[in-house]
Amino acid sequence: MNRFLLPLSIFVVVVGFLGIGLTLNPREIPSPLVGKAAPEFSQPQLHEQEKILSPADLKGKVWLLNFWASWCNGCKTEHPVLMDLAKSGQVPIYGMDYKDQREEALTWLQRGGNPYSLVGVDETGRVGINYGVYGVPETYVIDKQGVIRYKQIGPLYPDTVEKKILPLVKQLESQ
Amino acid sequence: MIPEIGHFALILALCVALVQGILPIYGAAVGNSALMSVAKPAARTQFLLVLTAFGCLAYAFADKDFSVLYVAATSNSQLPLHYRLAAIWGAHEGSLLLWTFILTIWMFAVTLFSTHLPDAMRSRILGVMGLVSVGFLLFMLSVSNPFERLIPAAPEGRDLNPLLQDPGMVIHPPMLYMGYVGFSVAFAFALAALLGGNLDAAWARWSRPWTTVAWCFLTVGIAMGSGWAYYELGWGGWWFWDPVENASFMPWLAGTALVHSLAVTDKRGGFKVWTVLLAIMAFSLSLLGTFLVRSGVLTSVHAFATDPKRGLFILAFLAIVIGGSLALYAWRAPKVGLGGSFAMLSREGMLLANNVLLVAAMGSVLLGTLYPLFLDALDLGKISVGPPYFDSVFVPLMVPALFLMGIGPLAQWKKASVPDLAKRLKWAFGVSLVSALTLPIVLGSWTPLLSLGLLLAIWIVTTSAIGLRERLAHVNGNSLVERLASVPRSYWGMLVAHCGIAVFIVGVTMVKGFETEKDVRMNVGETASIGDYTFRFDGTQDVVGPNYTAARGTFHVSQDGRETTVLYPEKRRYPVQNQVMTEAAIDPGLLRDLYVSLGEPIDDGAWSVRLYHKPFIDWIWGGCFIMALGGALAISDRRYRLAWRKQEPAVPVPTRAARRKVA
Amino acid sequence: MKWVMLIILCLSGPAWAGEARPLADDPAAEARLKHLAVELRCLVCQNQTLADSNAPLAEDLRREVREMIAKNMSDQEIIEFLVARYGDFVLYRPPLKATTTVLWVGPFVLMAIGATALVITLRRRSRTVVEVSVTDEEHRRVEQLLAEGEKRS
Repeated sequence: MNRFLLPLSIFVVVVGFLGIGLTLNPREIPSPLVGKAAPEFSQPQLHEQEKILSPADLKGKVWLLNFWASWCNGCKTEHPVLMDLAKSGQVPIYGMDYKDQREEALTWLQRGGNPYSLVGVDETGRVGINYGVYGVPETYVIDKQGVIRYKQIGPLYPDTVEKKILPLVKQLESQ
Repeated sequence: MIPEIGHFALILALCVALVQGILPIYGAAVGNSALMSVAKPAARTQFLLVLTAFGCLAYAFADKDFSVLYVAATSNSQLPLHYRLAAIWGAHEGSLLLWTFILTIWMFAVTLFSTHLPDAMRSRILGVMGLVSVGFLLFMLSVSNPFERLIPAAPEGRDLNPLLQDPGMVIHPPMLYMGYVGFSVAFAFALAALLGGNLDAAWARWSRPWTTVAWCFLTVGIAMGSGWAYYELGWGGWWFWDPVENASFMPWLAGTALVHSLAVTDKRGGFKVWTVLLAIMAFSLSLLGTFLVRSGVLTSVHAFATDPKRGLFILAFLAIVIGGSLALYAWRAPKVGLGGSFAMLSREGMLLANNVLLVAAMGSVLLGTLYPLFLDALDLGKISVGPPYFDSVFVPLMVPALFLMGIGPLAQWKKASVPDLAKRLKWAFGVSLVSALTLPIVLGSWTPLLSLGLLLAIWIVTTSAIGLRERLAHVNGNSLVERLASVPRSYWGMLVAHCGIAVFIVGVTMVKGFETEKDVRMNVGETASIGDYTFRFDGTQDVVGPNYTAARGTFHVSQDGRETTVLYPEKRRYPVQNQVMTEAAIDPGLLRDLYVSLGEPIDDGAWSVRLYHKPFIDWIWGGCFIMALGGALAISDRRYRLAWRKQEPAVPVPTRAARRKVA
Repeated sequence: MKWVMLIILCLSGPAWAGEARPLADDPAAEARLKHLAVELRCLVCQNQTLADSNAPLAEDLRREVREMIAKNMSDQEIIEFLVARYGDFVLYRPPLKATTTVLWVGPFVLMAIGATALVITLRRRSRTVVEVSVTDEEHRRVEQLLAEGEKRS
């Protein structure tokens, strides 16, 4: 190849990558935990504080773990979607109240409705760290063996639920 | 009304730019001098139109016109005037207008200082610059209009980001852009030469002063950005290898290589093709930087608010301009003849080795900056590439270049003799090595990197001294002062610029080797000490600024018992954006900076405080300014001044040394 | 007794300039934290290191790292802990693996390619460019011209 064409060729390749880059989100951090066992935790429940929420109890079913907080705006956005999903009964949603105040969390659920089968409390944020949470809301799809199969970063939108979550849940249910 | 005038001026400027971009280039291709002569008036008209637009936007800011969307987004009625004006370039749309305005300033300058150029060349240069400005004007008018109205007008503006409310904001972007955009002139010269098919040494000679001026501005701009980050961000860092910093550093590296390569092409006619490619690369990197900052493709603390449409537009623009020029290069460059030959071990050879190293360094910065994007695009995971990578990779590449910097200016052109060079340099090498090995021990701590840094800095200074002494020996004159005065300014320029780098290296080495930091909790009346310095905290008081409230701390600093200074760091709250900011207090000094930064208030009037002692840190920016001074000296060389006065082609004046060599 | 109390009170008042305490409870551990944290990326304020960021998550992560240091975990173990949860993104020093070989090796390869290209081009050029030597006659002519030029200037 004519060596004078080399700069142009290299440039074309770089432009190609930059073009693809425009479709990507550099701030999003994919989770290294997808495909691995959901980290153990044993947190007090929000409503009945003497009781414990733990993933070990939930083995044998497919479930969603949703990290949320009363101070989080994105959680307000996704709340109706969670309510609809809970009402449809297709998959149980368990909540983890992340770095929140108990009173405010209870009030929030009272006002907006409670889509969660149970809610655990992560006051210090340690469970969040073990799950690689770096913002709220974040939602995990966990299968019957307790393995994380999908992580949603940010609020759940109706078409994400329809196109990604529900098909995956169905697939995991049949396994 | 005024914003509409500004908007209309931009539309007119676009039309003029189209005329300027197309007619003169076509005219030069067919030899039509009427068409070619369109270039100069078109460029000047464009300058006036964009100046008008810029003035209208400035007026809107000064007048607190919140019916203009951009003003409402970046200003506030309580913002002081100078920051309201600096807010013009505080966000994307306005900074694009600044970009275009500075491009027209350079265009205007070209019309003033190009009478000695052949008509065809001048037309092509202004034509290429016109085409570039077409891109920016089109961009502004389509997706980034600074004059867009907000109806109904906002009652109050959203305020300029408090981090930007600083004198640094007033001067750093314009300086940076003068440099960045200034490389468009070298770029235009290169394309004009390719279009015309004449890449003789004269092209390099004409191109040199323009490139050097742009390089000076860029050096100053980057240094200011770094200094600003140092005192503004509150944790004493001055370079983070952030993508936007890299975006300005890459054109600087290419520009430095270009300045050296032009010297070879000018004096010896060699490597014309490579110099042309470098000129294209330098400006391409400026454009790439513009893309990276505004497209959202990389995360950066400096990045403007992003929008995929904008990113796509700039990418398309990039593809056309850079792709087009590289295609032109591929087509025309093979037809350019070869310059003179020279041995590998010669001044030309060393200058080219310098180029190889600088371009490799630039390539590594580019690689590191874009690598996360590459991996993500190929779905191979997400990584971060930060200072540990760049430091590990950049330093080994630069060390040989810095070492060569000592030898190159002393080597003969065409063919240098190794034994001769060794003889002249052995004293310098010995002194450098010994001082570099012993100084750190004297100063208190020895590490290999510390020694290496000092070795390079002392090496550069000693070899420069040797070069100067040899030069003086060949110059006539009765006194030392007379002899010094008759050394041409271009030589002084090189000497000063190289010593500027030595100063910079000393700064970096000493700061990294000897800086100390202390994180303490201080009650009122308590003291903390670093080395000889004792800091006494005398409490805080509440202070009200024009658009903020602050807690201002008072620290009395004494050295060995004598009080030296009082420092007032602040913790400010800007109510409009509800942002809290740390305003560090710095006592600058030739040999050290003392830096105090308030952390958080703890109970009963106590505060967490961070204290720094940073030796020689001002040498970092001092070195950069000295480098730029060197560049300025080089441009003020007699041959350029004569050429400007007489409006004649600049011909190098033969020195007596050259005459003696012929014999 | 009152006497003693008085003396103690005087000595402990703000008039006595005491030495400020370090902010951290354990400066040695804090130094280790800092050493690690400057190479870790804050996941919220993604353009700051874990050491400099004030984000709540950054504070939480620093707390975790302090606890790990207190448990005498090695630097490598602490890094693995974070990478297991957040991926390689959290490291500012990209780990050397198959996907980052080009990154780490690239700069030196570039330098090698550049140097080789330079050497080859110079060798090729010295063969193709014909040296025109200056004859003695031409030398004398040049001297003559220069001498005339000096007289004029």
